[in-house]
Amino acid sequence: MMKFNVDERGYYGEYGGAYIPEMMYPNVKELQDNYLKILDDEIFRKEFSLLLRDYAGRPSPLYYAGRLSAYHNTNIYLKREDLNHTGAHKINNTIGQILIAKRLGKTRIIAETGAGQHGVATATVCALMGLKCFVYMGKLDVERQAPNVLRMKMLGAEVIPVTSGNMTLKDAANEAIRDWISNPVDTHYIIGSVVGPHPYPDLVARLQSVISEEIKWQLTEHIGKENPDYIIACVGGGSNAAGSFYHYLDNEDVKLVAVEAAGKGINSGKSAATMVLGSPGVIHGSRTILMQNEDGQITEPYSVSAGLDYPGIGPLFAWLYKMKRVTFDNATDTEALEAAFLLTRLEGIIPALESAHALAILGKMKFKKDDIVVVTISGRGDKDMAAYMKYLGESDYKNI
Amino acid sequence: MNRIDKLFQNRSGKILSVYFTAGFPSLHSTSQIIEALEAAGADMIEIGMPFSDPLADGPVIQNSSRHALDNGMSINLLFKQLADIRKKVNVPLLMMGYINPVLKFGLENFCRLCFETGIDGVIIPDMPPELFLKEYSVFFESYGLYNIFLITPQSDDGRIKYIDKISRGFIYMVSSSTTTGVKKGFSEDHRSYFKRINSMNLKNPRLIGFGISDNKSFEVACDVAQGAIIGSAFIRMLGETGSSKNNITSFIRKIRGGNNTVSAMPLFFKNIL
Ligand SMILES: Cc1ncc(COP(=O)(O)O)c(C=O)c1O
Repeated sequence: MMKFNVDERGYYGEYGGAYIPEMMYPNVKELQDNYLKILDDEIFRKEFSLLLRDYAGRPSPLYYAGRLSAYHNTNIYLKREDLNHTGAHKINNTIGQILIAKRLGKTRIIAETGAGQHGVATATVCALMGLKCFVYMGKLDVERQAPNVLRMKMLGAEVIPVTSGNMTLKDAANEAIRDWISNPVDTHYIIGSVVGPHPYPDLVARLQSVISEEIKWQLTEHIGKENPDYIIACVGGGSNAAGSFYHYLDNEDVKLVAVEAAGKGINSGKSAATMVLGSPGVIHGSRTILMQNEDGQITEPYSVSAGLDYPGIGPLFAWLYKMKRVTFDNATDTEALEAAFLLTRLEGIIPALESAHALAILGKMKFKKDDIVVVTISGRGDKDMAAYMKYLGESDYKNI
Repeated sequence: MNRIDKLFQNRSGKILSVYFTAGFPSLHSTSQIIEALEAAGADMIEIGMPFSDPLADGPVIQNSSRHALDNGMSINLLFKQLADIRKKVNVPLLMMGYINPVLKFGLENFCRLCFETGIDGVIIPDMPPELFLKEYSVFFESYGLYNIFLITPQSDDGRIKYIDKISRGFIYMVSSSTTTGVKKGFSEDHRSYFKRINSMNLKNPRLIGFGISDNKSFEVACDVAQGAIIGSAFIRMLGETGSSKNNITSFIRKIRGGNNTVSAMPLFFKNIL
């Protein structure tokens, strides 16, 4: 990946950078100065890839979804990040970051989480490495993603409910940043997506890039070529999409589609479709596109999916949008719920609500019969059973 | 001459700067609070521009910001409220807030209005020095505005020297590794940090902020720096008892320790420094 790489100052074009208070400077600078060295280090690479293989269960399968393909009259391959240990792509990032944290001599780990998948993935690697773990989670998300809260507790993490703002992902990240300000020496902040001050967006994208690295050879095994016509992924902050697109960014033959959460509809006032509703600004330490009012106050987002319920987007995506390299689409709560049931009934795969947003646009796209479409299933749906059952009760789902 | 420079020229110590959030407790209390603060003896005033997501602030300022926004405060309105503030007060005035609302307002426009209003300086914690120098310092210079930088206990000597070099007016010395509003008192670690900074012969005067909440902490700060900044404690008082002139006067008097109260702390500090 060359054209869309971050520059030395941490910018993707006009987006990115590190808009941080001086209190965070030593920690962020330490990461900026060290992350590439560590990622390039042979021992790190070996530890990382062994853990990805033997602990997380990589490579994750690339599965030809025959019945879903027939339904949409094209060829759909699912990148099964839901089959990773802990049930989502988030583990790729947390394994990498915990190894970095250890190298930097940190003994205390903090994280924010929305859906709880990143919290679980962080609590998991902390248990693995014997480090203390504190996870900030909006109080609303604590309630709507209860199974993940229990998992984090069993893993020994302390889950701290956040009651500021909308009590969701943005507020959890605010609180994690405040924790880092208050614990500047022993603590590493494992950010859960390609957001935050430089170097986080680049660091997390690189750690997640294993997804597209695998798609390349797996697709070659399936069909004898590494390029699909489309890759589709959901975006909250953008880490599973960044990982899915990474090694294809310079290859313009491959169309990249990012799907945001439209909530109850773009113009309903209850949405998280940042690219449609947002404008340039600074959130969580980076210049990007975010939802804000005319006074620059950040707007509270909404989505049924806790992992997509975020008013910003990683700066890489703000840039990819501007450069027209990635197409953005969005799906409403209902469309996502519908798509989750469709996949489940056709393929026996219960996707996370986040991933269901990526699936939801399949019906709206105009594919050719011989198109090759890769959809990233970023996570599994166990955590979303309450929302799915509620939908089942309300809609009497009989689509198939 | 910038009023901040004038203040530090005329006064060698015990400078008290007070922060409050514009629009709190009520939308139109801004200029009344500023006038009462000056009358009560505050030497400098930091006018907080509320932000929805104040990363460096603890619960007290988070809440005052939330209330102020709910009340309808905005940078636009704030400049209107301050339009003839210079007919009323002489102390240096600073605007303090986060970068996003300022960028949305337009940074050059913001600097111009600060100049027209008679604002002397700006504190934007999430605008790092490197970025300021590269992109924004031209506007500050053309409108005679000082941008105030922070140092923290974690800043190493190189960083402090760099910040001293690019600073004008004064350096905002964050007392502890915390967000605003934590009241813990000052420990051995604080003292060695204060001592380290004192021994560096910086060209800029320093005010200590974060964790200054009463006469005791104010006196400690004054003994190791030119003065201190009070924010959360003042806002807490405004929230609890209201913004009447009497309340503000008695708050400032208490911080200053009345007329002849002598605290034991400075002596103690003189001994260890
Ligand atoms: C399963 C799953 N998919 C997607 C996301 C969204 O994050 P990102 O856009 O960083 O992939 C989350 C976040 O919590 C998630 O749990």
